[in-house]
Amino acid sequence: MDIFVQQLVNGLTLGAVYAIVALGYTMVYGIIQLINFAHGEVVMIGAMVAFTVINALAAAGMPPLLVVLVGTACAIPVCMLCAYTMERFAYRPLRGAPRLAPLISAIGVSIILQHLAMLIWSRNVMAFPQIIPLTTYSFFGASITGVQIAILLLCFAIMTGLALLVYRTRLGTAMRATAQNPQVARLMGVDVNRVIAATFVIGAALAAVAGVMVGTYYGVAQYTMGSVLGLKAFAAAVLGGIGNIPGAMVGGLLLGVVEALGAGYIGDLTDLCRYGLGPEASCADGGHFVLFGSNYQDVFAFLVLILVLVFRPSGLLGERVGDRA
Amino acid sequence: MTKNGRWLWLGFALIAVTLLLLPFALQQVGTAWVRIANLALLYVLLALGLNIVVGFAGLLDLGYIAFYAVGAYVYALLASPQFGLHLPFWAILPIGAAVAALFGVMLGAPTLKLRGDYLAIVTLGFGEIVRIFLNNLSQPVNITRGPQGITGIDPVRIGGVDFSRSDNLLGVVVSGPMKYYYLLLLVMLLIIVVNVRLQNSRIGRAWEAIREDETAARAMGIDTTSIKLLAFALGASFGGVAGGMFAAIQGFISPESFVLVESVMVVSMVVLGGMGNIPGVILGAVLLSFVPEILRWTVEPAQQALFGRMIVEPEVIRMLIFGLALVLVMLFRPAGLLPSAVRKRELTHERIP
Repeated sequence: MDIFVQQLVNGLTLGAVYAIVALGYTMVYGIIQLINFAHGEVVMIGAMVAFTVINALAAAGMPPLLVVLVGTACAIPVCMLCAYTMERFAYRPLRGAPRLAPLISAIGVSIILQHLAMLIWSRNVMAFPQIIPLTTYSFFGASITGVQIAILLLCFAIMTGLALLVYRTRLGTAMRATAQNPQVARLMGVDVNRVIAATFVIGAALAAVAGVMVGTYYGVAQYTMGSVLGLKAFAAAVLGGIGNIPGAMVGGLLLGVVEALGAGYIGDLTDLCRYGLGPEASCADGGHFVLFGSNYQDVFAFLVLILVLVFRPSGLLGERVGDRA
Repeated sequence: MTKNGRWLWLGFALIAVTLLLLPFALQQVGTAWVRIANLALLYVLLALGLNIVVGFAGLLDLGYIAFYAVGAYVYALLASPQFGLHLPFWAILPIGAAVAALFGVMLGAPTLKLRGDYLAIVTLGFGEIVRIFLNNLSQPVNITRGPQGITGIDPVRIGGVDFSRSDNLLGVVVSGPMKYYYLLLLVMLLIIVVNVRLQNSRIGRAWEAIREDETAARAMGIDTTSIKLLAFALGASFGGVAGGMFAAIQGFISPESFVLVESVMVVSMVVLGGMGNIPGVILGAVLLSFVPEILRWTVEPAQQALFGRMIVEPEVIRMLIFGLALVLVMLFRPAGLLPSAVRKRELTHERIP
């Protein structure tokens, strides 16, 4: 039971990060039906910029919380600039082109970003300085760290803020109008290009925050961290129903939990000795014969993605149909 | 024969002679270059296989390297000390192709309903799943030896000819890589012929119809499900053949060789060359597989001379060029360098402002 609660807590934390990254995918998809393949790399850029600043400031001996805040504050504009640039030069000219064209362009952008990051920060893993005291609280038999609590709280704050932005402001109304029908939105006086650029930029700001979170949580950042994280977040967006903002939140949290519980239990569940099927030699004296261990963790996200797309392409909360031409 | 036709035949003859003599010229520069040419031919095989899926049927597959991996591992497991099996080359290649085709159907069957970009992401996930399995299937029963990879894979032996050793043929020394070159050339020719025949067949036209408009194709009586599955299976089996050749030539394989970047690279080749156009795809594959080598020979010395040390690795420049090429091709030449007539019409149609 303790393991269950522990994995649940870990899963929710990771899921909250997925949710925030998934929001970036889902907002862009909702508005121009583009899978922004490079979004994961924006998260990576955010983490790298923040880590650079944090490492520099931590050496100067500033208070930890301020250090992280300044780091994030530096990462956000950089990510926004990245997203604006790619939208302007790699996606906007392809609007209206067949759908594979912008997707291929996006793959190109993601390769460029990843290798630019490698040029700037080298192949080495950047470590997060030990500035945040590791306080743990116990919670129904599980231990939860201060960082985890901070991530969860911040995620809920961001989600609320985003919901307010989309459903209560002029920009949000313009975004929803553009998502429904760009031509009509334009006729109604909406500057469609500006709204789409704004969507990318907001998504990138969220990505920057997510990058700092995931970097702080794992304690490391590297130029390759973006692609798998991005894919999982995309899976989360699809799980919730792509184009649907609450869906991205639900999908992210759910995927995080599925992944954590899956990784926690798959070893036990596929231990053939439990079922009396394993070979004698390995099962003797309470030994194990585990078919699939927790190193298969990364498979879950993809499996969830495939299953959702096959059985419910519109996702849990989505009204959009996945195979729309 | 018309004048045009005569020029065409002359061109073909010229290309054929060049291809036949190329390894001897490369051998003069260094055996390494023959190996590079072999790798380029492998990429041509891969690109031609992927072209069936992406170019003909219009299904973007971002996990294509998984089939290459399957073919390579089938060969490696059936012809290495790993299980003590040493089946001959000609027996394994069809098995590899069949297993890869099976994987193609496994990927295709559940994802047939999806279109375009969704399919791309699912195939990407599939490719990653295959790689994760290859990486971890060393426990509890050691099948793939995990990240260590499989070593000591048998070279190709046909009749009495061992492809890993050099031979003296009528006074001419033919090295191992050169023999592989000719073998690959032969396989490539076969695959090109199959591709051309497929493209102009009923099946090829059905793929084209599905690519243009699936609903209309179905209305015309095309069994879209099985035709799409066929594209997946055929494309995958070509990938499997290429994988088997790769394992035999290298003698060593590990999951490292089958990462996502490789899939992206093959997609880049197809896209850059011209989706759906066989000469274009070959051009794309040859161009992109020689780029890294040319960079290695120019960028390193140039940097050494200018700065006295290496500042930017050629590998990074190569990837930056790939990325940039993908974006620029999509922006300025969406149908590729040598576009197919149909694709050209399709990709440059009027844009919504």
